[in-house]
This record gives sequence, structure tokens and C-alpha cells, in this order.
Amino acid sequence: MLKIDNLHAEIDGKTILNGLTLEIPAGEVHAIMGPNGAGKSTLAYVLGGRPGYEVTQGSVSFNGVDLLDLEPHERAAAGLFLGFQYPVEIPGVSNLQFLREALNSQRKARGEEALTGGEFLKLAKDKAALLKLDPDMLKRHVNVGFSGGEKKRAEMVQMGILDPKFAVLDETDSGLDIDALRVVGDGINAIMRDPAKGVLLITHYQRLLEVVKPDKVSILSQGRIVRTGGPELAIELENDGYDAVMADA
Amino acid sequence: MPEAAELPTRREEGWRYSAVERLQGEALDDWRTIDIAAGETFRDTLVIRDADDPQPTRLHRWRVTIGEGATCELFAVLAAAEYARLEVEVTLHKGAHFEFGGITVGGRDTVREFVTRTIHAEPEATSNQTVRAVHWGHGTGNFLGNIDVVRHAQKTDAAQDFKGLLLEKGASVNAVPQLEIFADDVKCAHGASVGQLDETARFYMAARGVSPELARRLMVQAFLGDALVALDDDETRETLMQIALDKVDKAL
Repeated sequence: MLKIDNLHAEIDGKTILNGLTLEIPAGEVHAIMGPNGAGKSTLAYVLGGRPGYEVTQGSVSFNGVDLLDLEPHERAAAGLFLGFQYPVEIPGVSNLQFLREALNSQRKARGEEALTGGEFLKLAKDKAALLKLDPDMLKRHVNVGFSGGEKKRAEMVQMGILDPKFAVLDETDSGLDIDALRVVGDGINAIMRDPAKGVLLITHYQRLLEVVKPDKVSILSQGRIVRTGGPELAIELENDGYDAVMADA
Repeated sequence: MPEAAELPTRREEGWRYSAVERLQGEALDDWRTIDIAAGETFRDTLVIRDADDPQPTRLHRWRVTIGEGATCELFAVLAAAEYARLEVEVTLHKGAHFEFGGITVGGRDTVREFVTRTIHAEPEATSNQTVRAVHWGHGTGNFLGNIDVVRHAQKTDAAQDFKGLLLEKGASVNAVPQLEIFADDVKCAHGASVGQLDETARFYMAARGVSPELARRLMVQAFLGDALVALDDDETRETLMQIALDKVDKAL
């Protein structure tokens, strides 16, 4: 489904990803853990196509398509969802307007019919309920005045509405209290646990992985994957820390 | 030429950023007079948009008197002409209200501007002015806003808010708020800021499938919306917004 091969990327001439290779087949939830500065968020942004992140070598194939050849909005239409570590505020644009435009843009790009206002509203309310987000918040401007936890829930509501094939979730658990973590984790399971879908889950903590059980866990360090294992690797990291686990690698 | 000497120059405060060279032959003394009787409500809109018969200069000078307890609401979109100017001189009587929402949009080397002089001549009057300017190319948008509060006009509440959005390098906006306050129990607020499209927000929208053009349109719409918030006629508000947005879409 997603195949990253020998990926090198830099920002402002500084190399961050340094030969990263990773393959995530359909049906797999793959967690990426790693110390600060390892390149986790850079990986997410490079996959999303953020301007300023330059790929200097390597390839990324998404369902057989060269992902790096697509513009960011084309990647979304192809089924890629990027969950932001710091969701962005857009004053003056309501969640409902933004998400309807986003969904219908994607559907148009895929040659599908646009949803009517009524159809979209029902979908948005259903997904808000799934994530226990007050539906009135959908009328508010995108992320404006939302708490850290509300922003992350709203990200997952967006994911539910857009129904992607593959999600790259960058520290979706940061800023969540224990109850919200469970709601968001359950949401990820409900939306993305599907034999036809895949998830790349970037996290620092084992706690989210107790809810969203990963099939594989990889450690990213200095811009490349240094070790891959099963869910037990995350527990090992939680117990022993990166230095000790990576020394064994 | 003798008549050229009578034209305003950029040395004059109210014409500092104007395309004064385009005033030749214009009827500068042609002021429209609007008198609003006590207790009445008056609303008008001015739209300067692309037409079959384009005029290089569009000059509008309005002199408004708002009677006791009366309300005047003016909304304007300046989206065409090489040089477009709406100048409004308003005198507010006791307890009157003046509402102004203005939008300038333009590229190439066009100049579009609002010049207001709001005179709070009696106590307890209120005024609120919101101007949004979106420019590209070498286009210029100006807002020169004078607020005069005379000595006995206590309990005046006046507000002025300007924001400029520059879509391309080379475009410019100028904001000149000027407050002359001679009463001591008044509220006068003014703010001005200039910026460009938020690239982070653009990427965020792209990551959800929104094309760069649609993202720009949504953000420009949100930006301009403030100028029309006080217009409670949905149809007119949407028409004015559409004219401004279409101009931006057509040009970029």
C-alpha cells in the first residue's frame, strides 16, 4: 500500500531523513517511535508534500502511484490523510464549510458525485458523535478557540468524514487527557481498522498503542529506521528507553 | 494649463496615495448630498465592477448628515477602474449611528481607496468602520479615515478597523487612521494590519484535498467577510462578496 524506499529529505539544506525505508501493506497499523529530532514529523510532512521539505533521493509509492509526483491536494484525493501534530487555525472559515469543500473536492477529483448539503451534514454529525465532539463545534471556525484536545478530536472527525485509505497520524495523542485518548484511539480503530486501509502512527507513548494496537512498531533514529518489531517493542521502549533499546539494535 | 493647478496633489493629506494624475477632467466639486432625518434608517451600497464601458477613473464624493437617533449604513466594493475613490464626509448628530463596510480588490497598477471623515458633532453618537483590502500585481488599496470628536460630543463610541492582504509581491496597501478628539468621555478604537496568505493554513487545507485556488478563495472570502458582517441583507451581502471574489479569481 505505502512503500518508502531509501528516502532522503532536507529542510533548508539540512538533511533530516537519511535513507528511510519502510513498507506498510493494507490492513496494517504501523507505529513509528523515536527520540526528539529523529525525523518523525519530517516524515509526515514529506509524505503530505509540505512546501520547504525537499526530497533529494529515494521514492514513495502509494498504491502503485508515485506519491512524490502529486501535489498535496492530489495526495489527499488519492486517499492519503495527514493528521497534524499542531492542527492549524483558519479564522473566518467554518469547519462545515471547510470539510464540505474538502470532501467534495476529493470526490470531484475521483470522478464521484458531490454530496448535497443535507447528506454532508448528516455525515459530519455522525462522525462528530463517534468522536464525542459537540456537533455545535462544527459550526465554529476551523480550530479557532479549540483546546488542544478538541483540536485532536476535530482532526479525527475530519478523518472520519474524509474516509481516507491511508492515514499518517503525527502525535495525535499529544495534548490529550486519559479519557480523550481513549475516545480518539477508539475513533482511529473505528475509522481506519479495515483490511483495505493502512495507518502510520507516529507517537511517543505506549499509552495510545494500548488502544490502537499496532501490528508493527519501528524505531526511527537520525532519519532512518533502525529497528522494527511487533507491539512488544513499544513496551520495551517504555520500560528501558531509547538509548538502551537502540544499543541492542 | 490653468485648470491643472486646481487639481489636488499628493502633498494634501487626503490625496497622499491617490492616482491624482487621473483626476484631469473629473468633476471634483460634484458632491452627492445625503440627509437622513431624525430617527430614520438609510442604507446604500456602491459597487464599482468591471463593465462593458470601462471608465479609467471613478470618483464618488458623498456628504452625509445623520439626524438625531438616525442610522446610516454604507457598504462599498471597489473592484474596477484604474483609479476608484469613495470619499465620505459624515456628520453625526445626537445618538446617531454610522456603519461603513468597504472592500477594495485590485491588481495591475490600479489604485482603489476609501477616504472617510467622520464628525461626531453631538453626544452619544456611534460609528463603526471596517475596511478590507486585497491586492496583487502592483495594485494599491488605501484607507484614510479621519474621526473628529468635537468638544461636547461626550459618550461618543467610534471604531475603525483596517486589514490588508497582499497576494503578490509588488502590491501595497496604505492605512492612515487619524483621530482628533476634543471630548474627554469617549471611546475611539482603531486598528490596522497588513499581511499575506497564511501558507501553513494553505498547506493544511491542501492536506484535506482543497486545491490551492480554492484555498485562496476560502481564505480571501473569510478575510473580506468582516467588512460585510454588519450588512443584514443576505442577498446583497452575497452579491457584494461574489463581485469581490470573482475579481480575485479572474485575475489570479
